[in-house]
Amino acid sequence: MRAKSDPILKVENLTMRFGGLVAVNDLSFVAGRGDITALIGPNGAGKTTVFNCITGFYKPTTGRMALRHGNIDIEAHVETLTDTPRDSLKGEGGSLFLLERMPDFEVSARAKVARTFQNIRLFSGMTVLENLMVAQHNPLMVASNWTLGGLIGLPGFKKRENEAIETAKYWLEKTKLIDRADDPAGDLPYGDQRRLEIARALCTDPVLLCLDEPAAGLNPKESAELNALLRSVCKDHGTSVLLIEHDMSVVMEISDHVVVLDYGTKISDGTPDEVKSDPRVIAAYLGAEDEAEVEKIEAEVGL
Amino acid sequence: MEVFVQQLINGVTLGAVYGLIAIGYTMVFGIIGMVNFAHGDVFMISAFISLIVFMAITAFAGMSGGVVFLALLVALIVSMVITSLYSWTIERIAYRKLRGSFRLAPLISAIGMSILLMNFVQVAQGARNKPIPPVMRDTINLFERNGFQVAISYKQVMIIAVTAILLGIFWYVVQKTPLGRAQRACEQDPKMAALLGINVDRTISVTFIMGAALAAVAGTMFLTYYGVVVFSDGFTPGVKAFTAAVLGGIGSLPGAVLGGLLIGLIETFWSAYFSIDYKDVAAFSILAIVLIFMPQGLLGKPEVEKV
Amino acid sequence: MMDAVEKPVVNWGILFKDSVIAAIIAFGLFALMLGLKTDQALNNQMVLVGRPGLLAAVVGLVFVARLMTGYWQASRAGRIAPAKKTSSSAMMLKIEKFGLPVAVGFLVAYPIFVLATAGPQGAIKWIDNFGIQILIYIMLGWGLNIVVGLAGLLDLGYVAFYAVGAYSYALLASSEPIKEFMAQLIGEGFWQVWAFWICLPVAGILAAFWGVLLGFPVLRLRGDYLAIVTLAFGEIIRLVLINWVDFSNGYAGISSIPRPSFFGTPFTAGEDGFAAKFGLEFSPIYRTIFLFYVILALALVTAAVSMRLRRLPVGRAWEALREDEIACRSLGINTVNTKLTAFAIGAMFGGFAGAFFAARQGFISPESFVFLESAQILAIVVLGGMGSLLGVVIASILLVGGVEVLRELDFLKLYFGDGFDPAQYRMLIFGICMVLMMLWKPRGLISAREPTVFLKEKKVVSSDLVKEGHG
Repeated sequence: MRAKSDPILKVENLTMRFGGLVAVNDLSFVAGRGDITALIGPNGAGKTTVFNCITGFYKPTTGRMALRHGNIDIEAHVETLTDTPRDSLKGEGGSLFLLERMPDFEVSARAKVARTFQNIRLFSGMTVLENLMVAQHNPLMVASNWTLGGLIGLPGFKKRENEAIETAKYWLEKTKLIDRADDPAGDLPYGDQRRLEIARALCTDPVLLCLDEPAAGLNPKESAELNALLRSVCKDHGTSVLLIEHDMSVVMEISDHVVVLDYGTKISDGTPDEVKSDPRVIAAYLGAEDEAEVEKIEAEVGL
Repeated sequence: MEVFVQQLINGVTLGAVYGLIAIGYTMVFGIIGMVNFAHGDVFMISAFISLIVFMAITAFAGMSGGVVFLALLVALIVSMVITSLYSWTIERIAYRKLRGSFRLAPLISAIGMSILLMNFVQVAQGARNKPIPPVMRDTINLFERNGFQVAISYKQVMIIAVTAILLGIFWYVVQKTPLGRAQRACEQDPKMAALLGINVDRTISVTFIMGAALAAVAGTMFLTYYGVVVFSDGFTPGVKAFTAAVLGGIGSLPGAVLGGLLIGLIETFWSAYFSIDYKDVAAFSILAIVLIFMPQGLLGKPEVEKV
Repeated sequence: MMDAVEKPVVNWGILFKDSVIAAIIAFGLFALMLGLKTDQALNNQMVLVGRPGLLAAVVGLVFVARLMTGYWQASRAGRIAPAKKTSSSAMMLKIEKFGLPVAVGFLVAYPIFVLATAGPQGAIKWIDNFGIQILIYIMLGWGLNIVVGLAGLLDLGYVAFYAVGAYSYALLASSEPIKEFMAQLIGEGFWQVWAFWICLPVAGILAAFWGVLLGFPVLRLRGDYLAIVTLAFGEIIRLVLINWVDFSNGYAGISSIPRPSFFGTPFTAGEDGFAAKFGLEFSPIYRTIFLFYVILALALVTAAVSMRLRRLPVGRAWEALREDEIACRSLGINTVNTKLTAFAIGAMFGGFAGAFFAARQGFISPESFVFLESAQILAIVVLGGMGSLLGVVIASILLVGGVEVLRELDFLKLYFGDGFDPAQYRMLIFGICMVLMMLWKPRGLISAREPTVFLKEKKVVSSDLVKEGHG
């Protein structure tokens, strides 16, 4: 776990209120670059809310979320940036972004944070390949001179589009969807749709990939394939992964770092082994009333 | 001050008419989530039915005071029944099959229905204005100051009183009866309601009938108040009533009445103090402004975007 | 046993009962509205005229119609509907692929064909009322298709941009100061002749500008709300045109708008006129034919641009927006800009069509830009099948042409008496058609979607998967 040595995202004092309901309460954590960081917690713990804050879909009530590209020192620059009205800063070694100041599409376009959704959101009436082309909208838009060049058929755009198709093909091979490239996304079986959504997010060339319950509804074989895919994304591409997961076997097997939420508050933070043995986690997850029950459930989830 | 009070009375009267139509929009939107574009034309047809019934009775029985009152009452009841039949038929033919399909289809079907109804009336009854002899012309003088008489006519008293009574009955039906409960259940979740043994089709039909009956009340009032109706009278009052429903918060019944009153007041005051030419512009502008800045309306529930 | 096809059983008792009920309902609906007619007597008194014959005929018609549809349904009940969705979608695309060039070829040849069969006198009506009229709607349909069909933004006020285009052209072209300025700058008569060609792009740009202006505040809205706000904007623009007499001349409208020239040569009877220059006998038909090809060219440009745009990133973003807006934002697409471009480009084509309309009529008034026009254009797009170019052509011919044909049915007077005017049933039939078409094909005539890019094989997307947009 590289949260201390090489952080990519630093969340500080994140609070999100909906009317009287506090969905996330003063949450702070750091995600390390190249790590798979898991955000776990019982239903209604506020995990998806945290995701929505990070990806700009919600404006947090208070809190700061700093993301860096390259090796810029977060600690050294974050206060300077916070004092300016701007949302990003270019410094030596890279850039620093304050995600809470950016609208949702810019979080993806500029800060390079991609995400998937708990209830899959594909463009179901478009083909698998088209889904991946839409994900490369921004570079293609530039290549088409904001439509004008493309409209009169400049050759530069055609070339760039072929590159985009190559990128799409690469991720389709990786996610084993290449044979279905020309099928409508809505026709794919559930497991394939999950993988397609991940492939689509990866086509935006993210530095941080946020996955909302990627293994939900997958069978054990698909789940294992997903683990392999995520590891390869981290190792081969240096993309950091932040994921929400209910399936403990996935979390414990692939995560480098686990953050546990309960009722919007962080109750534990550490390596999978540390978290596993944290009594507060066991209490929150399993309910501490009945020891025998706890053991039984522990055995079931493979703790 | 005098002008103000007089406009207030006029505005409330007009608002009562809009409110009654608005309930039809709001109930249908609440239960099947569609804008029943033909509702304004249903209102127009109800005014025509009242007109015909009224003329038929007065043709035989003359125009004496008692007869006029009775004729209006009969016209109101017949119009409520037949307009409900229209609304039921429209739902049955043009909307039911499209429920739950492609979202645009019921809207286009409703627009088609609106065009159909309007032109049906034009073909069947002619394109001219249809006046009725002035009825209930007497007024009650409330007070007089600076030579300006503030008066309320019997017509206005009748409109406000009938509206209030019918709203009371309607409110009772929706809030206290099993029918009203079934309606609210269908609004929340039609599938689940069906699983629990509620006849969703019938509940929706009843909703259309109730909306139409209230529109028929509005139609009869409109006819007596203005004394004239024409085949194209459905569109503008329809849009204004829809504005009222949106302003009050679509899906909310008290909201529809409140919105209707507000639109009626805004329109009369706008005409009195600013420019009568631009009164429809004002109504449409309010519609746009409310939808853009306050889409949940005054009494509606805010919609939270689910990610 | 298994393959014994059950013979459809028609239960005449139930069928008869249903039909009687339908007839009773029809009687309830029509007894007052059709059975009695309100009329103005000579002394201006309103009287009721009974029409029992008409009422009986209509009720009888409903009875028979119910009986027949009931029989038809019952006799089909035993059959199993063929479930070949994909192949039918693929068929549709084939139709689209080959149908579009055929349709365009037909349109190019149309004036010549009409001229040859009906002669110069008779041809004007057919080229103008049918050809030009239908082409205007095809162009408007293709323009609106960008907004509704591709981007999934429901616009019920499209006629506003048509009006902006028409009034921009009318006001600029008939403006005295501009005419004088141009006369001093270039020469007398220049503006009169060239106004159309100069103002056409200006009208398009102004309409696009209004598209952005009206589009900006409404982009947050979804579905029906967006539809209603756009309707409100359309009505506001029309009401302002009516009431702001100094600007637009109100109800009276603007007349003697300069007509388009043949690239500098006016279609007049004089020596400089088109006919004289080309050694032809003067006839209004040349202008009509020219106008036909102008609108055909404009419509084809619209089609070509929208086909091209679909294959560009912006077009894919529109379609993605129609499918799922939130997913779009998560992929870094600026949905506000994307929607605005759709609005602006759609509005621009509406503006071109409006300028052409003003030039063709020579006269415009707010009456031409009522809500019904917006509804008609939207109906064409939806009936055609959202996103389908050929569908728009077919729907325009059916709706606009079909309704126009009613004007030609004068022979019906032989049967129904002299007072019978088939044209007054135009909009009634139009409304019935809209409802029936939706019931028959809610997804429109051509509803399959063609992918914009493919690796190995172009597979058609069936309409069941394509979403209709939320905003």
